[in-house]
Amino acid sequence: MLTRRLLQAIPVLLLATFSVFMLLKLLPGDVAITLAGENATVERIEEIRRLKGLDQPLIVQYGQWVMGAIQGDLSESLLSGEPVSTTLARVFPNTLFIVLYAVTLSVAVGVPLGILAASRAGGLGDKLVMVLTSVGVALPNFWIAMIFVVIFALNRAWFPATGFVSPFEDPLAALWYATLPAVALAASGMAEVGRQLRSSLVETLHSQHFRTLHAKGLPFRSILWKHGLRNVSVNLLTVISLLISRTLAATVVVEVVFAIPGMGNTIVNATLQRDFPVVQGAVLVMVLTVITVNLVTDILYSILDPRIAQQ
Amino acid sequence: MNDMSPPADASATAPTTPPRVDRPGLPLRILHWMIDDPIAAIALLVLLVIFICALFADQIAPYDPTLQDYAAMLNPPSAMHLLGTDDLGRDVFSRLIHGASASVYAAVLAVTVATVLGVPVGLIAGYTGGWIDQIISRLLDTFLSFPAIVLAIAVTGVLGIGLTNAMLSVGIVFAPQLARLVRARALVLKQELYVEASQCFGASSGWILMRHVLPNAIQPVLVQMTLLMAVGLLAEASLSFLGLGMQPPDPSWGSMIARAYVYAQIAPAQMYAPGIAILITALAFNTVGESLREALDPTSRT
Repeated sequence: MLTRRLLQAIPVLLLATFSVFMLLKLLPGDVAITLAGENATVERIEEIRRLKGLDQPLIVQYGQWVMGAIQGDLSESLLSGEPVSTTLARVFPNTLFIVLYAVTLSVAVGVPLGILAASRAGGLGDKLVMVLTSVGVALPNFWIAMIFVVIFALNRAWFPATGFVSPFEDPLAALWYATLPAVALAASGMAEVGRQLRSSLVETLHSQHFRTLHAKGLPFRSILWKHGLRNVSVNLLTVISLLISRTLAATVVVEVVFAIPGMGNTIVNATLQRDFPVVQGAVLVMVLTVITVNLVTDILYSILDPRIAQQ
Repeated sequence: MNDMSPPADASATAPTTPPRVDRPGLPLRILHWMIDDPIAAIALLVLLVIFICALFADQIAPYDPTLQDYAAMLNPPSAMHLLGTDDLGRDVFSRLIHGASASVYAAVLAVTVATVLGVPVGLIAGYTGGWIDQIISRLLDTFLSFPAIVLAIAVTGVLGIGLTNAMLSVGIVFAPQLARLVRARALVLKQELYVEASQCFGASSGWILMRHVLPNAIQPVLVQMTLLMAVGLLAEASLSFLGLGMQPPDPSWGSMIARAYVYAQIAPAQMYAPGIAILITALAFNTVGESLREALDPTSRT
């Protein structure tokens, strides 16, 4: 099962890396001319083309690029000349820290909300949670982030307005700095978790199996906690894995609000400055992260639900 | 709902011809729906107002949205300026109305691109099946694993910065979602008796797809399109906020928030109006989409 799933990931990996590779190739204009700079001679452009392997067939260039990427060589920034892998190694842990913080908050708040709503389906608590989660899903997260900054950083000074501290240097300060971004990201994340958990829990509680448990005279409390939650744990896994991918994407914008030196700021600045090797490398790392999350989720599935492994 | 009412079309299976059911006229049906689901009706009304603002922004807005008045900078709301003025003395209310044009244009453009790209791909994959389906499905899986906004940013970088290019990118990013949806429908529909009958009579694949498969797959697509409008709206706001979408001096809700953030310390109220506008519009699209889903698919009711 494990090997088969890993083998299945190979075509996705190849396609994903090829798409990221092609992103740069689709750029209008000639990279060699851009690299050579202004007033370059024809010989100089030809030399750069040969040096960078740009005269090779596309598939060979792709192969070279992948081999380089595997060895951690993602070319250099067009502006600073710093190796892209060095930049990414510096900023990626910061983004990962915020994402994990936000996902933890989303699950910690979203799961109780979902259980509350499902156990009183149709009641006032349910309606309240539904309104809350509808708003949460429609909320522009960078906007809620700014409102948090105004309320909790500018007006009250409980949290810093911008900036970031690495969790490796000072874990407590890191948490303090990352709280507002994480809460802003979790605003829509918890709504997503709450909504999904509610709908799958309501569906489970209405199934024949649960009608039988009810007929046997089991109290609702034990049906919900002992049987209901165990049945939706696989769904919860799906929601969490989806949430990680979404939060990873959403962080891009929220990082800009808080000036966090992470993947988001790197991608946005590189795009605005047309520093494409950096864009390419950053997109590659993001995509690989999502593919890894999906893979781990699939493996966890087969542990939680042995029926899937047997298929 | 626990009542086990028989399916509505049970009479159709009877040997006698089913009695003709007179459906009420469209206005009456709309009235019924509004009484049945008042929240969705309000949401639809909100969308109507926003579309009117977007279409007739020039007529509705009291001022030119780019007109600068250095004598009235960062003014609080007043009778002259309903929502006050921004850091360059521009009327916030007028910019908000014109921002609606940008948002509606952006969302419609992204969803149109997604539909035009995604629906045919999904139809072909689901209907032909075999290795073509295998390849297309793998491609869709791959693109769905890309974080949407990140891909949109990168594609915008390639196409060039600006609202239209940004939303083309968002449309490209959305397309796999619709393609996968349509593929799943087409997979089911091609086994239907009427499709097989058509094949027996020698109808071409293209004709069957247009005549039988597409019309029967269109309902979930409509629902998804409505929900994607909300996502597109939020994407426009994000991209414009990052400076990749709408370029100054033209207003969009996202770029208004970005500008307001710079002056958050002096005038924090500046960022409320565009943010609330985004929230309400996205909420309205989601509400109408969910209502459509329930209206079109009665089994989805919980």
